[in-house]
Amino acid sequence: MNSILAVVEKEFKDGLRNRWLIAITMIFCLMASGISWFGSANVGTVGFSSIANTIMSLSSLNVFLLPLIALLLSYNAIVGEDEDGTLLLLLTYPLTKGQLLLGKLLGHSLILAVATLVGFGSAALMIALFADNVDLMQLLSAFGLFILSANFLGTSFVCMAYVISSWVSEKSKAAGIALILWFFFVLIYDMSLLGILVATKGQVHAQVFPYLLLLNPTDIFRLINLLSFEGTGSGLLGMASQLHFSLYGLFFSLTLWILLPLLLAYYRFSKRPI
Amino acid sequence: MNIVELHQVKKDFGTLSVIKSLDLTLEQGQILGFFGHNGAGKTTTMKMILGLHQATSGQVKVFNHDPCSSQFNAYRYQLGFLPENVSFYPQLTGLEVLQFFAKLKQVPKQHCVELIEQVGLTHACQRRVKNYSKGMKQRLGLAQALLTEPSLLLLDEPTVGLDPIATHELYQILKTLKNKGCSVILCSHILAGVEKIIDKAAILAQGELQAYGSINELRKQQHLPTQIKFKGYFNIEQLAQKLEVNIQTHQTGEFSFETEPSLKLQHLKILQSQLGLTDFDTEPPSLDALYKKFMEPKETENAHLEQQTTKYQTTDDSVDLPQSSTMKGAKP
Repeated sequence: MNSILAVVEKEFKDGLRNRWLIAITMIFCLMASGISWFGSANVGTVGFSSIANTIMSLSSLNVFLLPLIALLLSYNAIVGEDEDGTLLLLLTYPLTKGQLLLGKLLGHSLILAVATLVGFGSAALMIALFADNVDLMQLLSAFGLFILSANFLGTSFVCMAYVISSWVSEKSKAAGIALILWFFFVLIYDMSLLGILVATKGQVHAQVFPYLLLLNPTDIFRLINLLSFEGTGSGLLGMASQLHFSLYGLFFSLTLWILLPLLLAYYRFSKRPI
Repeated sequence: MNIVELHQVKKDFGTLSVIKSLDLTLEQGQILGFFGHNGAGKTTTMKMILGLHQATSGQVKVFNHDPCSSQFNAYRYQLGFLPENVSFYPQLTGLEVLQFFAKLKQVPKQHCVELIEQVGLTHACQRRVKNYSKGMKQRLGLAQALLTEPSLLLLDEPTVGLDPIATHELYQILKTLKNKGCSVILCSHILAGVEKIIDKAAILAQGELQAYGSINELRKQQHLPTQIKFKGYFNIEQLAQKLEVNIQTHQTGEFSFETEPSLKLQHLKILQSQLGLTDFDTEPPSLDALYKKFMEPKETENAHLEQQTTKYQTTDDSVDLPQSSTMKGAKP
């Protein structure tokens, strides 16, 4: 346990020192504050509109940003240590590959947790302080759920980055693959599903398509935040929201998106030649 | 008590055989010098001893345990390792890096400050590692290797980047550790000075042990000449005739000649009988000379192989060239 905590502390300190933590927190804070106050600018109004609108807009934007940040934060977790020669040294210590991976996961998750909590939390605080007629309990629960699901989403992409990092032999390759992965989950996947659905005019088991959203963690994240406001969304999200997925079920799916890549990363790491 | 035992160890990477039947032992309190050209298999051997590579066949035992087994984790506290071209986390300070490694080995933080002082990095311990010179990184690497006062210390090219004073200090540290019962494996390309601190030397070439034993044993095996240096006032030509050797005159006013081990005593007696002799000294064959001598057969073999290959290729070309226009699809 001490070894894991040592790795967690080191990763967190590293993130703090190379400005990752500060940069992410600032981005989240600006994004959340901006959306809270200027989210309705397109309909001609400026100022806080509603908690639901804010969370919807935040989750739409977060779906692009958070996976990218998580991937960039952790794509070199294993391959970077290997290239720098520190992995060789670390493995001569009383530290197993599993402990190292777990320590890194907790360290990177902690960075994301602090960044989301401070970044989005400060926006929630500003809404509570400056917006009129805000139900504080609703604000707290909405932002709480949003931050929690954002952390699950971020952690799942951290684990996917570990799979890449433990698989490839060069940092540059890992970075390239991480970007492709981001592009796939954030843009390609949904567009492909929708494209197939439209092209086949709903002939091919249209009722199956909403379930296919569970194969994309960014969609699960959006569903969680959509369902908490009983929103309907549009396109596939709209169809999925009618299926009444439970919040627990969706969180369970996101947990699988953390555990399965983590196990795969551990398997690849254990086979990786040093 | 044997700390490290390698018995008929082989290591293959696919079809490439990196280590071919290696036998080695290292006793408690011994320093083993591990030498060889690049790609000789030194680092692979070290990795097998550290439990990072499993031997293809044969037996590797460290502290009487298989270093690849999960039980060996308990013995890792007694291991110290300094890899070649050591690199650390650039964003952390020297002290933070050492404290991180100390935490992994459950060493108190206070000991890190003492070690930083011991390796002469106190002035730079609050500086980020990215601003360290190669020598400073090497010192920091040495500090991490010494975190637990190890029972087994493996050093891969520890003197690279170190200035002569730091190198001397390193050798002093190793002597102290040896006196405390620590066993050391020292892998190095820089042979000068190493012979004074090692108990045994192992010379490796292409995965095979070319020589193994104490420096004196290796000297005996190779019958390399001893150099005798002397000062005084002589008729050098007459003395050279008497000794039946070539005497070299140095700018320092010193004279020297080389003598076979069997003639050494006889030559010294003649030299001592000279009235003009003011001082003399004997220098046994250096580790560098021994290394070259032991590597000679392998290098001759390689040169011969290379020659054969070139000859074969030349013959091949001379036969193929006229035919190449008719042999469509043949590999160039």
